[in-house]
Amino acid sequence: MLNVIGLILITPGATLLVISAIGLLRMPDTITRMHAGTKASTLGSLLVIMGVAFLEPTLWFKLLFLALFILITNPLSSSILARSTYLKHGFFNMSGMDDLKDNR
Amino acid sequence: MLNFLILLILFAIFLSFIRFIKGPHLTDRVVAFDTMGIIAVSLLVLLSVTVKDSIYLDVAFVFAVIGFIGTIIFARFNVAKDSDA
Repeated sequence: MLNVIGLILITPGATLLVISAIGLLRMPDTITRMHAGTKASTLGSLLVIMGVAFLEPTLWFKLLFLALFILITNPLSSSILARSTYLKHGFFNMSGMDDLKDNR
Repeated sequence: MLNFLILLILFAIFLSFIRFIKGPHLTDRVVAFDTMGIIAVSLLVLLSVTVKDSIYLDVAFVFAVIGFIGTIIFARFNVAKDSDA
């Protein structure tokens, strides 16, 4: 029973990782590539870690620690990357909105 | 089943490695490196179940720490070089 739940959680996680890699290849701009490459891979790796916790319940503490670390650091690093990309190259601006213009 | 999932995750690492090779700017390469790090962490977590050895979880944790620090250092270095020039 636990094996079935684990595999049901791991399979969409691995599929999401492949989808995020495909989006990293196909998107036209650095910011949109970051949209595909950080959010989808965060959810995919969290689903894989939860599924492995169902497959091997004795390892739950290390897996919880790893999941919390990924959940904290991944949005932080993507935010710093987005700021650096904006300051270096700007972005593909179709809407005309640019709230960070004064801090440039 | 688990072997097939490991092959799927290896395929994802290969796809983001293509972006790492041909990214036009430094920031594209750093985004691809960050994604490769996260995918490699989940690959190591799956390997720890397949091989039945919990040392792979420690390796995955060290991988996550190193990838985070590398990403932040590259992003800060990119901006600092721009403001100096």
